Amino acid sequence: MNLTLSDEQRALQETAADFLAEQGNARKDVQDDAGLWAHIVELGWAAVQVPEELDGLGLGAVELGLLMEEMGRRLVRTPFFSTVVLAQTALLQAGSAHAQQRCLPALAFGAQAATLILGPGLDADPATLTVHARRDGEGWHLHGEAAQVLDDGQIDVAYVAARLEGDAAIGLFEVQAGATGVERTPLEVWDLTRPQARWCFDEVRVDAEARVDDADKVCAGLVRTRVLAALQLAAEQVGGAAQCLQLAVDYTKERVQFGRPVATFQAVKHRVAEMMVRMETARSTVRGVMARVAAAAESDAAALDDAALFAEVSAARVLATEAYRYCAQEAIQLHGGVGFTWEYDPQLHFKRAQWASQWLGASSAWRETLAAQLLDVA
Amino acid sequence: MNEQEFRKEVAAWMATHLVGRFACLKHRGGPGDEEAYPALRKEWEQEMASGGWVGLGWPKEHGGRDLPLALQLAFHEEYVRAGGPGRMGHIGETLTAPTLIALGTPEQQRRFLPGIREGREYWAQGYSEPGAGSDLAAISTRCWQDEDGRWRLQGQKVWTSLAHESDWIFVIARSTPGSVGREGLSFLLVPLDQPGIEIHPIRQLTGEAEFNSVFFDGAVTEADCIVGQPGEGWKVAMALLGFERGVSTLGQQMHFSHELQLLLEVARANGAAQDPAIRQRIADAWIGLQGLRYNGLRMLEDDTGSTKVRPEALIYKYAWSNWHRDLGQLAMDVIGVAGDVRSDEDAVRRLQQVFFFSRSDTIYAGTNEIQLNIISERGLGMPRG
Repeated sequence: MNLTLSDEQRALQETAADFLAEQGNARKDVQDDAGLWAHIVELGWAAVQVPEELDGLGLGAVELGLLMEEMGRRLVRTPFFSTVVLAQTALLQAGSAHAQQRCLPALAFGAQAATLILGPGLDADPATLTVHARRDGEGWHLHGEAAQVLDDGQIDVAYVAARLEGDAAIGLFEVQAGATGVERTPLEVWDLTRPQARWCFDEVRVDAEARVDDADKVCAGLVRTRVLAALQLAAEQVGGAAQCLQLAVDYTKERVQFGRPVATFQAVKHRVAEMMVRMETARSTVRGVMARVAAAAESDAAALDDAALFAEVSAARVLATEAYRYCAQEAIQLHGGVGFTWEYDPQLHFKRAQWASQWLGASSAWRETLAAQLLDVA
Repeated sequence: MNEQEFRKEVAAWMATHLVGRFACLKHRGGPGDEEAYPALRKEWEQEMASGGWVGLGWPKEHGGRDLPLALQLAFHEEYVRAGGPGRMGHIGETLTAPTLIALGTPEQQRRFLPGIREGREYWAQGYSEPGAGSDLAAISTRCWQDEDGRWRLQGQKVWTSLAHESDWIFVIARSTPGSVGREGLSFLLVPLDQPGIEIHPIRQLTGEAEFNSVFFDGAVTEADCIVGQPGEGWKVAMALLGFERGVSTLGQQMHFSHELQLLLEVARANGAAQDPAIRQRIADAWIGLQGLRYNGLRMLEDDTGSTKVRPEALIYKYAWSNWHRDLGQLAMDVIGVAGDVRSDEDAVRRLQQVFFFSRSDTIYAGTNEIQLNIISERGLGMPRG
């Protein structure tokens, strides 16, 4: 397997890095968020993983991951993660062909920003779903509450996994954010770059067309969605960790104590070196698994079954989670007093790192499922 | 050449050659187990040579096969997968030979390369000294030329792996009297079997003796057994370390994978696999090994023409040695009280070796602390003290 990036991939990465260094909005007014999202859509980034036959760019996990890494570095606040990484992936993995054709072009070209509602923390286990669907003639009634939904206020549509009443099965439903009976309450979150809201569904009526899943693959498809989304989140975590390392290196080279830059002290050098070891190991793994997933998508010979995909992604995900938390924590420590202030960036990463460590499965859960694969063979 | 076919070729050769009298060598030898069958493992080296498996990366004009890195790695992986024993000839093959190919004279190449390639001559490395460990440039072993031009050596080298099984040693020694640090050193090739050299085994904490002290008391070598010019020894010594681009180090991941499989077997058999805390650590061990594996694959990325620092190469030694040390601790926690007793069970014996021997992994070839200095200075541009 070749991990070397192509010239096109390198160019995409450089463009994203330059653009986001200038346009990153973590510290800007939320009023301007819509402008950044529109700009990102204009650049075609939301179309990266949409197949060419649906007018997308038809690229793969590697390209999307490069974008995610750069967005993680700048803590970009847009509906990109919820629209592209969550909703698009759910449609691609669990959606019917008809729904893919109907919904994906709008998500690719920004007519719509979307989010995905599964169980708490984006759990794909049907037992954890908190929204129920009841058949009503040709259509459906949705009822229930999702306590925490990724929603930055720009969301137009949610794809909601709901348990079907009187049936063990689940369905995936398209619900307009403004539909009658939908109530969204923004939550006061610590990580302001990743806004959330509570969504209540009070007998929300949707028509038959709103059921977008392919019933034969919805369960497995949503599990796969979660795994693939976790891989993209891992890329974002690597970008954040890399930025924490950069901030720590830059600051300690500048900060003078005892008549010399604190970067000259071995106690400081060893800490940044340890950050680099963890971040680069996570980056190697995330990039490697992305290449593996992309190869699997291109050739049957390289296909990954669900267990193998899970195992590959678990490595990327756990290494990235732990690296980001470690690097964010170290960045605060290495900034000394100012690291504890609102004005300096380490706190932003510290909060994002904590957020990212819990959604799409905490490390302990990934490890336990992996351990079961490794140890509990029949 | 197609990698899959090449892998099959290696596997097929191993399946038909690592049998009969060589069968007992499967998964034996290597760091932590060097005392296993040294004589037979030398015969195995000759068997490998006859199969054309030595010098895979050397240029063809020196008897190598000039294979690209990816195929060299494929060979190492298949070799270990088949249980290929720890290599007795790796210092000669991966350190001496590339150095001579790059910096040696044609006479030196003709004299030494065939012996290495054919598994007839074995090499040891004479760098560290009692007073020159992390501070390698603090070398005090002296060398000088007699009137007939022959080189003489006086001093002591230490931590010399397998010196007692070797025929030659390459040595850096101080040729300019009164010089300090990296100046005034020379790089010499010295035969070990002579009256001026004594080799004393160092008993390590495992009870075994894989390293030695080598004492030079007027030891002698021929005038043409110097690589580079007198005084250029540091340059040659550092170039030598650079030739090891980690291909065989990458192959060691298959050893690690084998060790992890043994650990899983033991955990399943003795019930440790039911302990939730152990399960978390086992998953982490597997994840960490994936990290090493992908880091290794990234090292094989093509960066022709680039002079950028390769972060994945810079962090690799620190990453693998600490992972391996943790694996040893995890293994002993899985084994439990039975770990107190030297085991004859293959899996447990091997894991006990990992636990004890891996304490050296984070010390030799640059301690953790030196590695972190190098990473921070070269990788992050942190200023030197």
